[in-house]
Amino acid sequence: MGFLDTLFGRTKPVQPKLDDLFGLPSAAIQLEAAAGFKPTGSGSVSFRAPEGKPFADIQKEVLELLDMDNGKPGGGLPVEVTKDSYGYTWLVSNHMSDEMDALVTDLHAVNSALVDGGFGPQLLCTLVAFRDENNRRLSLVYLYKRGTFYPFAPLGGGNNRDNALELQVKGVLGDDLKFEQDLTRWFPVWGAPGL
Amino acid sequence: MAARTRYAPDRGLTVRMTATMFLLGLVFVAFVALIIGIMTAANASGASIILVAVVFGGGSAFISLFFSDKIALAAAGAQVVTPQQAPELHGIVDRLCALADMSKPRVAISPARMPNAFATGRNSEHSVLCVTEGLLYHSDLTQEELEGILAHELSHVAHKDVQVMTYASLLAIVAGLLVRFAFYSELFGGARRSDNGQAALLIPLIMLASVVVYAISFLLIRLLSRYRELAADRSGALLTQNPSALISALTKVSRGMNQIPTQDLRAAEPLNAFYFAPAMKLSGGRGRGGGGGGASLSALFSTHPSLDKRIEQLSRIQRELGQPGAEPRGLR
Repeated sequence: MGFLDTLFGRTKPVQPKLDDLFGLPSAAIQLEAAAGFKPTGSGSVSFRAPEGKPFADIQKEVLELLDMDNGKPGGGLPVEVTKDSYGYTWLVSNHMSDEMDALVTDLHAVNSALVDGGFGPQLLCTLVAFRDENNRRLSLVYLYKRGTFYPFAPLGGGNNRDNALELQVKGVLGDDLKFEQDLTRWFPVWGAPGL
Repeated sequence: MAARTRYAPDRGLTVRMTATMFLLGLVFVAFVALIIGIMTAANASGASIILVAVVFGGGSAFISLFFSDKIALAAAGAQVVTPQQAPELHGIVDRLCALADMSKPRVAISPARMPNAFATGRNSEHSVLCVTEGLLYHSDLTQEELEGILAHELSHVAHKDVQVMTYASLLAIVAGLLVRFAFYSELFGGARRSDNGQAALLIPLIMLASVVVYAISFLLIRLLSRYRELAADRSGALLTQNPSALISALTKVSRGMNQIPTQDLRAAEPLNAFYFAPAMKLSGGRGRGGGGGGASLSALFSTHPSLDKRIEQLSRIQRELGQPGAEPRGLR
């Protein structure tokens, strides 16, 4: 925030950065080679649905956009819309595990539709899920406002996370993806759909 | 490239805030000019009184700014909580901070039973967001309403309200000290200087000017505080995109506030300006319920705008959000 905004108590809406998302496919290859984590093919976009009517339209539009692939052979699976306990809406797109490019394209399409609709400031994060052979869960979370990624690895059923694995992933992918350096922003996304 | 935005700036609020700050600045300049005038009138005792007041006032303001988080936490008896201790609360704050792209303040819980929240700290790195147990456990707030309150408090942090209000009160602190110093030196030092006619006149002059400056800047600071509450309401509602939840939270918290025993309220008074809803009301402030209408004296002195004013603004934002996509606008 600039000096004048502070002085007048104004908050400028923060526009999301979308382009860094395209680093994901190559990072996924690197992650599999170095740490044995494969994409599950599931990715999701989380955003804050504003109250008021026009949003229902945007939501419909986004759903249509994502379902378009269904007609094509080998296209994506239907998209799910869920709401989490914090009141954020999640759009989950499911692909085959080797279709990282298609998944990222879908996620980007959702983002662009939301930004074009004027809802860019409401985008919270995007999440892409991975699993290894021992069925350990890992996801890469993309923070729109920062344009950075961070790893999130839930452990077991409770609210525990595998910090060692998260830091290992940061070490492995540090050169491929822009990682969030401020660790306090690595917030846990318990119960995120598609995790 | 300019994306459509739903964030219409509130020019009226900006204009009113500018006018208030301009007036505060004007009072400040006039006061400084007067002090310099008195100092050049070359009276040792008058000059030293002013100097001591400036040093003491500036020093205390600086200390309260620098330690605002610790002072407020201690005053509220609050404890900083980890994400493990309060996962839900941290979860809400985490997400709001990610949406607003701000660094996360520390989160604290105060054992007070009245439902309220405050945020303080000189900048976002040293800020702390505190909610009372009353807000978390003893009020019937939904999670959305709690989120609205937290977004309001985070907006105070983003707007650096503690800094702005400290700088704004600096003058009033110095003027207030001057009144006291001049008063005491008049009481105890009057006899010694009775041979010096000029000095005997000068001290009451400083005192009079200080009283006037203190009174004016006090009113202006309260006015500024009310504007900044409105600004925080506005930013908070835009952040969560849910002004309705903030409206119902305000209504519930204000209602809860009235049911609390007086003693508890007095203990909370020093923190009043930072609270979500004022814990302490001046007597006669009963017109808030909607019957009053006219601008009463208590409205002039209060740190927070009336419930009606706050709800009116939020309803306006509600309508704006409900409108189909606004035209692209500049950032202001």
